[in-house]
Order: sequence, then structure tokens, then C-alpha cells
Amino acid sequence: MSLKSLTKDWEPMSYGFLDASAKCEIRRKTLKAIAVPGCQIPYASREVPMARGWGTGGLQISCTLINPRTTVKVIDQGADDSVNAASIRRFLSRVSGAPTTTDTLKADLIQSRHRIPEEKLREDQVLVLQVPNPEPLRPVQPNMSIARQMHADADYGRMWLQLYEQIVRSGRVMQGASYPSLVHGRFVMTPSPIPRWDVPKMHMAKHLTILSAGREKRLHAVPPYTRVEPLVFDDVPYQVEEHGQLTCTRSGAKGYFMNEIPQNDGTSTYEVSDSELGIKTIQKADGDTVELGDTWYQDGEMTQ
Amino acid sequence: MMDPPQIVKTRPLLLARGVSKSFGAVKALRDVSATVYPGEVLGIVGESGSGKSTFLRCLNLEETPDEGSYTLDLPDVQGNLFDLDRYARRMLCATRIGIVYQNPHLGLLMKHSSSGNVAERLLVAGERRFHVLREKARGALDASEFPLERMDAPPIELSGGMQQRVQLAKAIALEPALLLLDEPTTGLDVSVQALVLDTLKKLQQERKITMVIVSHDLGVIRTLSDRVMVMKSGQVVEEGLADQVFQDPQHAYTQQLVHAKL
Repeated sequence: MSLKSLTKDWEPMSYGFLDASAKCEIRRKTLKAIAVPGCQIPYASREVPMARGWGTGGLQISCTLINPRTTVKVIDQGADDSVNAASIRRFLSRVSGAPTTTDTLKADLIQSRHRIPEEKLREDQVLVLQVPNPEPLRPVQPNMSIARQMHADADYGRMWLQLYEQIVRSGRVMQGASYPSLVHGRFVMTPSPIPRWDVPKMHMAKHLTILSAGREKRLHAVPPYTRVEPLVFDDVPYQVEEHGQLTCTRSGAKGYFMNEIPQNDGTSTYEVSDSELGIKTIQKADGDTVELGDTWYQDGEMTQ
Repeated sequence: MMDPPQIVKTRPLLLARGVSKSFGAVKALRDVSATVYPGEVLGIVGESGSGKSTFLRCLNLEETPDEGSYTLDLPDVQGNLFDLDRYARRMLCATRIGIVYQNPHLGLLMKHSSSGNVAERLLVAGERRFHVLREKARGALDASEFPLERMDAPPIELSGGMQQRVQLAKAIALEPALLLLDEPTTGLDVSVQALVLDTLKKLQQERKITMVIVSHDLGVIRTLSDRVMVMKSGQVVEEGLADQVFQDPQHAYTQQLVHAKL
């Protein structure tokens, strides 16, 4: 009798780096987060071979959901080819055997840092967002216990006050990324530091979004077809970044969220932030056969 | 034949009965009862440590007494308010009860704008129109005789008297049924005290706000109150109409207080 004959082979038990019990716990917490949209659920954030703050929260969710048949895409600020995105993509593929892609339409699981792809996601796709700070009340209430109580009471007066103060002092809401949003009419969440441009994409979206903060050990979720409403005053409309009329200098794509590239002469050029969309646009212009999905925005305007 | 004059029966707005509260071995309140009618101003006077501020905190539902009941005769408000849960207490205090603290740091967000401090109360009550918030905050600050050109200055940059006016504006922004004032003029110099008292008097006359005011300053209580309650060692030792209590005090402690003032 050998030890090997008494134990199961590890591979079918635990692909995706994390051990089975860790994944089980994260799945339970994820289900809880889906059941109570926007509510922050604490979980035992495990160590992964990456420094805290580099996407360990998102990586744990991805490791939990992934299997050898999952097609995975990883983006960082919209780009598939940044060092962080490439490292995470390679890691996920190596520990699970899952195929990778840069095409939004072909991916089953998309892990993203601070962007939602421009192409609309489907019901069978899962978006995992890396979150540095999941607590929207942090700027107004540093005490976590009191903040939890405020969430329980739906006591969001101070959040509104923060917006009021910004308009009084600056004439407009200054909150750029992490725009506080009300989920399912109950919990205010921070939708991770995605730009304001991306927040309306979460409203009644077909896909499941899971937002996970590894350092802060909390996750929350936006299930499919859930209301996500940015906090706005009735008479001060929500505004996204004014990128609708900008054109990408490399691909010619127009009406999407852009990265600003400052030039030596003081001017700026712009490149489409969703790098895969830019590549597809170039390929299409070159006459290649490319499937370009429906996009949330058309000509800079959000479609319903 | 003329009809006999009708007696209008008015129910008290505030009814507190048998309120007792201990902090460890210290009995802060012993069987304190109070009745306040709509539009009336009840002054509570007593030396430091007599329990008057504790009683006021109980009325603001910040403290839960060991014994006693507290009711407000308002639509949708029923039963003993001390039995309400945290959420119901918060909503009741945010919408129906206003309070002005002695220390403005307790009642104000010192680094937010003054108008924002007033607007916060409206936001908690569910107002979501920015321009309405501005107008209502301006109106409340104006009623408190706060200089409107400074309405967006943070309280931390204002004088003590101005801070009290912001607190007052915040307290009256939602036209509360009950206004609680905890030593509102303590720490202010005499001229500013007089101005704040004038504002309170004016507000009371114009809006008929029901008030409970706590002070150790007999002058303040005498200026504002219709009725006075004298407290000592957590107990009410004398109660009556303000003029009656001040001109003809019955209890030895009240006599001592009045004479000490004189």
C-alpha cells in the first residue's frame, strides 16, 4: 500500500490554483452576494502568487469560476496586452488549462481592471471586476462598523451630501471613477474605479458582474437584469466623460471611451481604451472577416 | 341666549412619564416626568450634573432610559418611543425632532459647507432636487438670521454664534414638531447670546415651534420659557409657570438658584 493509492489525484479536485475548500467558500459567498445585489459580503481572501492590490480579489473569483473548458479574457484599463493583464491571463491558463482569448465575444469569463468592454456582454458571460476599495461610504465614514450599520439602515444621506458639496464648490459632480451607484434600489455600491462612461453599462445588463476586493476581503455582485442607478439629483443629470465625439488616431473608431495621449506640442491625441475593439476596427477596415458585436454606445450615445 | 364659551381641549404634544436612567451606580434621572403642549416652551434649569442634558438626550432618543415612557402626539407616531428600533428612531429624529447642541461639533459637520449641513437633514428626509435643497437651506439659514453670503462657508471658519445659527437652521429646516435646545448660548459672549436669544424668540413667535430648552442660565430660561422645570440630583424639584417660579420660588433649591442669579 502506498500513499498514492490512498489519496485522490489532485488534478480533478482542484484546478485553478485554490484548494477545493477555498473555492467552496468563495462560491458560497458569491452566491450570497448574488442573492443580495450590491451588498458587500466578507470572505476569507486567500494568498495568491501576486501582491495585494494587483487584482488578487478578481483573481480568486476567476480561479473559483474557471475550469478547463472556460475561455478566459483578462483586461487592464481596457488593454489586453498590459503586463498585469498578460501575467494574470497566463497564470489562469497555466493553473487551469483554460484557453485564453482577447475577443470579448468569445470569452466566457472576463477579468477586468477598471473597465467594462465596449461590446455588449451576453447572459452566458461573467465579468469579474478587480476592486481596490469596495466601501462607498469610506470617504464619509471611516469607521467600518458604523458604515455597515449605515448600509443596513440605507442611511446614505452623507453620500448625497458629498455630491451636494461637489456641486456647490465646483459647479458639477467631481466624482470621476468609482461613481456611487444604487443597486436594485437598496444598497449603494462602488462599481470599482470604472469611469463614469462604464457605469450605465451595468444597468439591466444581461451578464453577471462580480466585484471582488482581495486586500479588503469583501465581494459584491450585480446579477443579470438588475437596476444600477448612479446617485444623481433629479435636476442635475448624470454625465459621462465627453468622449463621444473623439476619434481613435490608430483605428479610426469613434464614439467610445478613449485614452488621452499628450503630445509634445501641448495637444493630445486619443486612442480607443478597449484595445481589442481598436484591433477589430483596424482588421475590419483592412477587409478581414471580423465579428464586431453590438456596443453599449453608438456614436457616443448610450443605447438602451 | 348666548352659547357658553367652548373650552378647547388641547392634547399635550410631548408626554414623558417616570423616566429613570442610571450610569453604573450614578442615578442620572429619577422618575422624571414632563408634559409639553403644542407651541409651548418648556425650560429645564438646574446645576451641572442635575440630569437636565441626560433628560434632553432621552427626548432626542439618543439615550434609552431604564424605565419610563415617552410619547409624541403626532400622526403616524404611536406608542412608547423608547421602544422604537434604531432605524425608526433615526427617521423620527431626522424628520420630526430638531436639536441644537451646546457644542456645535456634535451637531455639525465642521468641514462641509453651512448650507450642506442644513441640506443633509433634507437629504435624509428624501429630498433629491439640488435646487430645492439650495432654496430650502437658504430659507432656513435666513430664518436663523445667518448672513447668506457665507452660506457655503464651512462652520469651522465661523464664530461660535454663527455656528449656533447653522445648528438652528439645520434643526428647523424640516419644520420639526419639537425643537430641543441644549445650552444653546453657553460659551457665547453676552452680546452674541442676546442675538441668538432674539432669533429663538422670533422663531418661536412666528412659527409656534414647541421647544424644550435646557440651560443653567436662568436669564435664558426666563427669556424664552412659558413653563419651567427645576431639576436637582436627577429629580424634578419644582415645576410651574416661568413667572411664578422665578418670582415666587417654593423649593429651597429654586430659591437658592434664583437668589444666586440675583
